[in-house]
Amino acid sequence: MPSTMDTSIQIEGVTKRFGSFAAVDNVSASIARGEVFSLLGPSGCGKTTLLRMIAGFEQPDEGRILLDGEDITDLPPNRRKVNTIFQNYALFPHMTVRDNIGYGLKVAGRAGAEIRSEVDRMLDLIQMGDHAGKKPSQISGGQKQRVAIARALINKPRVLLLDEPLAALDLKLRQRMLIELDNIHDEVGITFLYVTHDQGEAMSLSDTIAVMNKGKIEQTGRPEQIYEAPRSSFVAAFIGDTNFFEGKVTAVLDDEYSRMTIEDLGEVLVFNDKRIQVGSPVHLSLRPEKFRISRESPPENGRTNRLEGVVEDIVYLGSHTRYWVNVKDYRIAVTQQHGRFLLDEKPVAWNDRVFVWWHADDGFMLEQYREDDEELLTSPGE
Amino acid sequence: MKRSRIPLYTTLVCLLFFYLPIIILIVNSFNKSRFGSVWGGFSLRWYQKLMENRDVWFALKNTAIIAVSATIVSMVLGTLAAFALHRYRSRLQNAHYTLVYTPLVVPDILMGMSLLLLFVQVKVQLSLFTIFLAHVTFCISYVAMVVLARLQDFDFSVVEAARDLGASTRQVVTGVLLPLLAPGILAGGLLAFTLSIDDFVITFFVAGPGSTTLPIQIYSMIKHGSPPVINALSTILLAVTFVMVWLSQRLTEEKTTS
Ligand SMILES: Nc1ncnc2c1ncn2[C@@H]1O[C@H](COP(=O)(O)OP(=O)(O)OP(=O)(O)O)[C@@H](O)[C@H]1O
Ligand SMILES: [Mg+2]
Repeated sequence: MPSTMDTSIQIEGVTKRFGSFAAVDNVSASIARGEVFSLLGPSGCGKTTLLRMIAGFEQPDEGRILLDGEDITDLPPNRRKVNTIFQNYALFPHMTVRDNIGYGLKVAGRAGAEIRSEVDRMLDLIQMGDHAGKKPSQISGGQKQRVAIARALINKPRVLLLDEPLAALDLKLRQRMLIELDNIHDEVGITFLYVTHDQGEAMSLSDTIAVMNKGKIEQTGRPEQIYEAPRSSFVAAFIGDTNFFEGKVTAVLDDEYSRMTIEDLGEVLVFNDKRIQVGSPVHLSLRPEKFRISRESPPENGRTNRLEGVVEDIVYLGSHTRYWVNVKDYRIAVTQQHGRFLLDEKPVAWNDRVFVWWHADDGFMLEQYREDDEELLTSPGE
Repeated sequence: MKRSRIPLYTTLVCLLFFYLPIIILIVNSFNKSRFGSVWGGFSLRWYQKLMENRDVWFALKNTAIIAVSATIVSMVLGTLAAFALHRYRSRLQNAHYTLVYTPLVVPDILMGMSLLLLFVQVKVQLSLFTIFLAHVTFCISYVAMVVLARLQDFDFSVVEAARDLGASTRQVVTGVLLPLLAPGILAGGLLAFTLSIDDFVITFFVAGPGSTTLPIQIYSMIKHGSPPVINALSTILLAVTFVMVWLSQRLTEEKTTS
C-alpha cells in the first residue's frame, strides 16, 4: 500500500448524480505520485464525469477528493493545482500559439519576460518553436494537441488530467502522440490521470489501470494484472478477447486447483479462486492465445484440459493465425503464433478434426456477469 | 436544350421593382432641376442646401445622440439577456425568451402607442429621453437575438480551459468570453444602430416638442415641399445604412472558432 506521502490523488467514496442517475457511483481510488493512471471503460461509464470532478468542473454529491493529502473537494477549478487536456483541445482561437501557452502565467500575473522565457522552454519541449506566431486554426490536429499539452504543463500542475486526448487524431498520429506523451511524462515526472476507452492506449501508457463500468471501478491494477487476472467477467471481456464457458464448481481439490463442469463439455481442471465455493455458477474465461491446437493428441500431464473439435474457420493475421473450432455447441477462438514447430508439420486446415488444450493455470473462474452486461460480452472479433 | 430565361427575367423585374425607386431618388439628388421628371444636369446644389439647413442639423444631432446611446445601452442589456437565456433553462426562461422576442414581431404602431400611453400615464415629459427609452426597448431584442445565436454555437470548453488554467471569473470574461463574442455583440449593436437611426413610427409617437429626429424631419420637409433636399438627405442616409449593414454582416460571418 502506498503511504499518504506517495499518494497524489485520493478519491474517497465519490458519487455524482444527474437527477436520480448516478453517473459516478461511490468510487474510491488512490493514485500514486508520478504514475500514469488510466481510467478505462466503455462510453458513458462516467470517466469524464469523474475527471471533471477532479478538475473542479463538477461538484460531487458525496465523498471527497484529496490532492497531496489536502481536501480540494470545494475548491473552484482555478484554485486547484491540476490542469486538464480537453478532448477537443479547447485552445483559445483568438490567441496565437505563444499566447495560448502563456495564458496560465499571464492570468497568474507573472512578468512579461518570465512568461516569454517559460513559453520558449515549452515550445522547445513540444518542438513547436516555428509555429509560435500562428493561430490555432492554422496548425494541424497533432500540433494543437501539443499546444494543449504545453499550455497545461506551463502551470507546473501536480497532476495532469487528460480526457481522451488522442481520440480526435488518426491512427498513425495517435501512435506517435502516444510515444510523445510517454516521453513528456518521463520528462516532467508528474502524475498523469488518463481517460480513454481504448485499451491499447491504456495498456501501453499506464502504470495503473482502473476499469470502469456503469459508474463504478470494477478493478484496479497494473496492465498485466488486469489482462492476466481479470477479477470480473466484465473486465475479462472488455480487456482483450476471451472465450467464456458457463459452468458450476464441482470440487475443490487442493489449495491450487478445483474442478468445474461445463455443460456439454464435461469436467475441466481450473486454477482455484478462494472466493468461489462448490456449487456456485461461474464463468470460465480462456484467452484465445492460451490454447494450443493440433491434429495430434497432446501429451498427458494431468494439468492440461483437452477438447476435441472441428476447425470451422481459419483467419491468417500475419503475426498469428486465428482458428475457430467447433466443439459441440461451442465456437472457440484460438490464436497461435507461427513457431517453427508449427510450420514443420502439415498445417491445420479447414474441417480438420483437432485437439485444443490449455493448462489449468490459464483459465479463470469468474462470477457470472449481470444480465445487462451481456452486450459487452460478445465473443472475440473475427 | 436551351435553358428557360424566365427565371432571369423574373429576377430582373423584381430587382428593378425594389431598387428603381431608390435609384431614381439617388439620381435625382444630383439633378440640377427642381423637378424629378427633367434632367437638368449634374449638380451638388441640393447637398449644399442640405448643409445649410439648420433644422436638418438639429435633427441629425438628436438622431445621433439617441442612436449612439440606445445602441450602447442595448448592447450591454441585450448581451446580458442573451447570456441569461442561454445559461439557464426553466419555465421562467421560456417566458423571458418570449418577452425578449416579442418586440421583433409586434407592429411598430402598437409599440409606439403603448409606450406613449405609458409615458402619459406615469407623467413623463416627452423628450429625447423618452425616444431613447423607446429605442432601447426594441434594440435590446435585436442585440439579444444576434448574441444568442452566437452563443448557441459557442464552444464553452474554452471557458473551462481558462478556469482550469487559473483565470478568475473577471479574467475569463475580459480575456476569453468578450473577445470571442465581440463580433456577435458588435453585429447586434450595428443592427440596433441602423434600426434606431431610421425608426419613424415609434419615434413619432413618443417624440416631444424640440426632439425632432431625422426621419421625422424628413417627413415634415416632404409635407412642406422640398423634395430635392430630401433626396440628398435620403441618399446620405442610405449610404450610411448600407455601410452599417455590410459591416454587421461581415462581423456575423467571420468565424471565431477554429
Ligand atoms: N451534465 C449532465 N447531465 C446529465 N447527465 C450527464 C451529464 N454529464 C454526463 N451525464 C451522463 O453521465 C453518464 C456518464 O457520462 P460521462 O461523460 O462521464 O461518460 P464517459 O465515460 O466519459 O463516456 P465517453 O467515453 O463516451 O466520453 C452518461 O450516461 C451521461 O449521459
Ligand atoms: Mg468522456
